[in-house]
Amino acid sequence: MSIAVSAHDVTVIYEDFKALDGVSIAVEKGQSYGLVGESGSGKSTLLRAIAGLAPVASGTLEVNGRKLEPRRRDKAFYRDVQMVFQDPYGSLHPRQTIDRLLQEPLAIHGISDAEARIARALDEVGLGTGFRFRYSHQLSGGQRQRVAIARALIVEPSILLLDEPTSALDASVQAEVLNLLEQIQRDRGLTFLMVSHDLGVVTHMCDQLAVMRSGQVVERLSAADLVAGRITADYTRNLMIASKGFVRTEA
Amino acid sequence: MSPLLTVEDLRVSFPTRTGLVEAVRGVTFSLGRERLGIVGESGSGKSQTGRAIMGLTPPHAKITAKTLNFDGIDLLKASPAKRRDLRGDRVAMILQDPKYSLNPVMTIGRQIVETLRTHRKISSSEAKERALAMLEAVQIRDAGRVFDLHPHEVSGGMGQRAMIAMMLIAEPELLIADEPTSALDVTVQLDVLAILDRLVAERGMGLIFVSHDLRLVSSFCDRVIVMYAGRIVEEIAAADLRNARHPYTQGLLSCMPEIGQDRHPLPVLDRKPEWAL
Ligand SMILES: Nc1ncnc2c1ncn2[C@@H]1O[C@H](COP(=O)(O)OP(=O)(O)OP(=O)(O)O)[C@@H](O)[C@H]1O
Ligand SMILES: Nc1ncnc2c1ncn2[C@@H]1O[C@H](COP(=O)(O)OP(=O)(O)OP(=O)(O)O)[C@@H](O)[C@H]1O
Ligand SMILES: [Mg+2]
Ligand SMILES: [Mg+2]
Repeated sequence: MSIAVSAHDVTVIYEDFKALDGVSIAVEKGQSYGLVGESGSGKSTLLRAIAGLAPVASGTLEVNGRKLEPRRRDKAFYRDVQMVFQDPYGSLHPRQTIDRLLQEPLAIHGISDAEARIARALDEVGLGTGFRFRYSHQLSGGQRQRVAIARALIVEPSILLLDEPTSALDASVQAEVLNLLEQIQRDRGLTFLMVSHDLGVVTHMCDQLAVMRSGQVVERLSAADLVAGRITADYTRNLMIASKGFVRTEA
Repeated sequence: MSPLLTVEDLRVSFPTRTGLVEAVRGVTFSLGRERLGIVGESGSGKSQTGRAIMGLTPPHAKITAKTLNFDGIDLLKASPAKRRDLRGDRVAMILQDPKYSLNPVMTIGRQIVETLRTHRKISSSEAKERALAMLEAVQIRDAGRVFDLHPHEVSGGMGQRAMIAMMLIAEPELLIADEPTSALDVTVQLDVLAILDRLVAERGMGLIFVSHDLRLVSSFCDRVIVMYAGRIVEEIAAADLRNARHPYTQGLLSCMPEIGQDRHPLPVLDRKPEWAL
């Protein structure tokens, strides 16, 4: 199997804070790889490092066998690798119409056929063409997230970096988006690197996962191992317990 | 005892280039000193319901209601100044989009301190101490470092907890929490819920908890309202959520991926036009 994305001993430092501390992962082509772990543990930072958006201090990053520079990414890179950001509010310009937001990546990469592609992209994420000329600030949280996903898919990348892609969505829309992602993966052989704190979602979507804490990977395991409770790190075990829901302790 | 909040026939609509968007279409409920969950489809009007109660609806929108009453105060008749005074003091809302709602050019710590000092007469050193304690209470490791960071320098879950800290610090009587834990890992999520739970149980706060996480809502809330297309389609005791009657609620429950289940593709909802009537 060839490797689509790999990080080897990657460290990211903000001023004097180590957001990533020697992280290594390898994602095979066509695979879905999950990142779970503590809030602030560096999951988004890892995706951002791959996308060239974080200050990598040491280590190597490779995409499709090509070694990446610490910071610079060219246009061809973004044709291949698209990212859906955790925060759909920050990533979509509020004063642009959905149409403009979807036109932009097509224009950057000189892709023709914009009309049909935009209509199809909106349809795929379950937003009718009625949303096309709305501004992003006129949408609900989940509607915005779906625009962000449509925008990433529209240039037909081979690798998608997904940061909490469905945490803003209700269960029914989440199911639709997850089904869509799986179908596109099958049809186009896409590779996913996906962050989610929902273990139900991660084990549904991903084959392999890495559990992160304090800038490090504390455990790598298959989704099947997680489901079967074949766990070695205490932190992973705590996550499994907590995912069962709220338990009221009587005072 | 009269309820803390009464909402009767609330309607919110937006004129847009492509016609009128009716975001909330006649919502009625009341809230005591309890945990009320609101679940529902993306775009069904959950956030706009909360914003209307808070007085945070965009100015060009149209709001009407037969009753919108908080602790004897007619919110629709209250002056903008009065509503500003209530906000952040007696009523607070944790917004769904924390990073968007935090001031980008002010450190997290300063924002919390200023919120506190707007509503309480205390010294700046005491305010700082309380802000740090609040950040620690929401399980932010290294609260001292985070205190001095700007919103773009914190992770998604840290921003969300900063927002929670800011809204809880003035100890509101009514808290609307809009997807307050959607960016948190499950262990921290439970810690944050435990704080909210204590505020309801010990201080008698009224809590509206908007979430799409049905497992969390059914284990945490007392009562749940289910919204669809701007209306309430079902109201049910949280513990009975599994036995919901409305086909939308039923559908919601069955399309969640669960650990150990292998269903590809996941079942999806067959939305019936009559649900939106
Ligand atoms: N620009 C920055 N300046 C300083 N520190 C930063 C910056 N960006 C990120 N960090 C720090 O890096 C750490 C990791 O953040 P990251 O966003 O990767 O966490 P995460 O695992 O995605 O968490 P979450 O689940 O809450 O989104 C955090 O402690 C954060 O404060
Ligand atoms: N400024 C606006 N102009 C026009 N329509 C708007 C505006 N703000 C919100 N809407 C619409 O109002 C409806 C309700 O939005 P709201 O944000 O309350 O949904 P929600 O139930 O919170 O959804 P989500 O779970 O996705 O956050 C949506 O269809 C949205 O597109
Ligand atoms: Mg993150
Ligand atoms: Mg909302």
